[in-house]
Amino acid sequence: MSLTKSSEEDSFNGRYTLWITEALEELPHNFTITDPFISGHPIVFASLGFLKMTGYSREEVIGRNGKVFQGPKTNRRSIMEIREAIREERSVMVSLLNYRKSGSPFWMLFHMSPVFGRDDGKVINFVAVQVPISGQEHRKLGVMSSDHSELVFGSCRREVCFGSFVHQNRASPVECDDEQGLEDWEHCEASESEKLKAVEAVNNVLSILTRYSELSGRLVCGKRYCLRGVDCLSSSLVISLGRIKQSFVLTNPCLPDMPIIYASDAFLTLTGYKRQEVLGQNCRFLSGVDTDSSVLYEIKECILKGQSCTVQILNYSNRKDKSSFWNLLHISPVRNASGKTAYFVGVQVEASCRNTESKELRPETRQLSVVGAVRVAVRSSLMVTC
Amino acid sequence: MLKIKRVPTVVSNYQKDDGADDSVGCGRNCLGACCINGARLPLYACKNLAKSGAVEKLVISNEAKEPPVAFLESLVLGEWEDRFQRGLFRYDVTACETKVIPGKYGFVAQLNEGRHLKKRPTEFRVDKVLQSFDGSKFNFTKVGQEELLFQFEAGEDGQVQFFPCMPLDPENSPSVVAINVSPIEYGHVLLIPRVLDCLPQRIDHKSLLLAVHMAAEAANPYFRLGYNSLGAFATINHLHFQAYYLAMPFPLEKSPSKKITTTVSGVKISELLSYPVRSLLFEGGSSMQELSDTVSDACVCLQNNNIPFNILISDCGRQIFLMPQCYAEKQALGEVSPEVLETQVNPAVWEISGHMVLKRKEDYEGASEDNAWRLLAEASLSAERFKEVIALAFEAIGCSNHEEDLEGTIVHQQNPSGNVNQKSNQTHGGPITNGTAAECLVLQ
Repeated sequence: MSLTKSSEEDSFNGRYTLWITEALEELPHNFTITDPFISGHPIVFASLGFLKMTGYSREEVIGRNGKVFQGPKTNRRSIMEIREAIREERSVMVSLLNYRKSGSPFWMLFHMSPVFGRDDGKVINFVAVQVPISGQEHRKLGVMSSDHSELVFGSCRREVCFGSFVHQNRASPVECDDEQGLEDWEHCEASESEKLKAVEAVNNVLSILTRYSELSGRLVCGKRYCLRGVDCLSSSLVISLGRIKQSFVLTNPCLPDMPIIYASDAFLTLTGYKRQEVLGQNCRFLSGVDTDSSVLYEIKECILKGQSCTVQILNYSNRKDKSSFWNLLHISPVRNASGKTAYFVGVQVEASCRNTESKELRPETRQLSVVGAVRVAVRSSLMVTC
Repeated sequence: MLKIKRVPTVVSNYQKDDGADDSVGCGRNCLGACCINGARLPLYACKNLAKSGAVEKLVISNEAKEPPVAFLESLVLGEWEDRFQRGLFRYDVTACETKVIPGKYGFVAQLNEGRHLKKRPTEFRVDKVLQSFDGSKFNFTKVGQEELLFQFEAGEDGQVQFFPCMPLDPENSPSVVAINVSPIEYGHVLLIPRVLDCLPQRIDHKSLLLAVHMAAEAANPYFRLGYNSLGAFATINHLHFQAYYLAMPFPLEKSPSKKITTTVSGVKISELLSYPVRSLLFEGGSSMQELSDTVSDACVCLQNNNIPFNILISDCGRQIFLMPQCYAEKQALGEVSPEVLETQVNPAVWEISGHMVLKRKEDYEGASEDNAWRLLAEASLSAERFKEVIALAFEAIGCSNHEEDLEGTIVHQQNPSGNVNQKSNQTHGGPITNGTAAECLVLQ
């Protein structure tokens, strides 16, 4: 159901050509690149510096969501800030406590920035640079006494790195020797030079991405040059939709012939088509010679009236055996933040697979839960703070 | 006796005007003795956090990938959508326009003209946080069974268990999740702990823990649970929490905070900075139960001292906000500014969290951060009073030994960095507390 690691790397190489990996690996920075259009918003590239810093191998990291590096002491507010930056498709810089493979926590400056398609304004990737915080200027919030420096350093290992360390790539990150030390740490502020370093790193990555996207002809850039087109979903909506693991499509009734604008991974598995084969198509390509035309008419009527309906319809797959299947199809209009119908959602359940296992949710409930999850995602996707 | 007049929210289709007694007998499939025999409802028993602790896994495993839409979430959304398509709600909440108000805080405004139609204003007593249950008024045993979604309980062990068709056992009063027929967002439900026990609207340790369990089990930071005490805009005196989906942060959740103290069980208590309503944030602790119990201690103390408050359970149960308030009391005393009153917006838990449900189109179109701030600031305790309330609550929690920290905070408080409301009348809450605390303690 989920994409394989190689296909995650393929999607990346497809946009920037095969040489991109080599070029990025020459950069000394610790960074990852993620793809919001793959279900789970996984990492599609991790630099050598990042792997060294966290102790993971490349195979362990590609395909994972960045949240796996967080742990119990990671500040919840910082996590929220990052989540909101992704949702609003903007950059963010925040101190963050992450965990290595060994389980040991460390402070770093997290600087994330979106990469936009130059022609359609769509977010293609997020670049996240991580600069270890050397601990020279960190301070503990909430301590008001004058000898606070002693308090802070008292519980944590002091890092001695005075002098010029601006270009020092391997500054040891701030660590704590014991749990208690971390517990007391509310916040760890990065120094100005660390912030500059993060900005510089993001710029370096962006300029390489831009250069290699020119080679493939699908240009990207660090700034949004045009507004996203109407037929183009925001990355935050796609990330929300990607959490829904069942078979469904979204169609846009405002476009001619109501094309599919989103298809879930499970839909592709069920029907045997590739994503690029279904996007832009009307759903009727699933019909065949024995499909009952009165059911098609019933669907059309419901859509015209803006109502929801559930039908049983014979569909034809593109799976290896080209088999047909009975599709228990539910269709509902979905409204956006303005209260207007923006999409129709179609949720497919293969009738032969209807689960009668008593410890599970009824298939009808599961089907309606997809409609609910889509409504929640669509309703808030346009309400972005600008 | 302090009273205000307000239009009560219709949460059930079986709620009648003026809270009049229903003499209708039955035949409508309610939860009363007349109908409950043979009634069945799905039962969801969640992982027991009290037993399994709240230790989060660190190590990357195959399971560490983004989980599929969680089971409880599917159940809530699927059953809610089912009731929606059956037409049980008074209006389609997804047809209500909603937007983020421009500004630094990101207050969310919704225009909801249907929520308060067809009801006449009713008098509510607002000076008594604890009132005994009155079976003659509307309560959740009177709702029709079709408004119930499922039974919810904390299971015996670390396993989720689901029974699609479980009898409602009158002997073992089940906790149920019901729809709110006047939703303010998609998935708006009510969690009613031990519904047949007819508990009044008052926090107890077990019930708050159940609500925290639900937040944790839903596993979605955009699904929060909220609580309004009597005097803080609860309209039904039958113990219930509310919850719904709103896939964006609340301004309250975004507000910076400053740690005041950490309890012996490791629960960190902070005070929100630069938010219009002075509030406490509880987080951390060695387990979810420790966190929940600490908040319960504080709430029990507040309600025994007759201080109205709201609770927001946020971030999958990891963060709990406690907001003591005095809006209704000020309203009854005629101290709320007329412009604010005119909007008829009641600052209950969702409004205080920054989700403003507006009834008039002009208020929606003209919604500004200033307006939202002004309304919420009316609900906040004064700096003085908040300090007293913190002291009371901390004594109850047993962290009064941090007196020193507290003093430091208060000094800082008097020179707030932002425009924290300073003009609240400093006497609010004081006289009432002194007058009725004893009475409430008798109830306890």
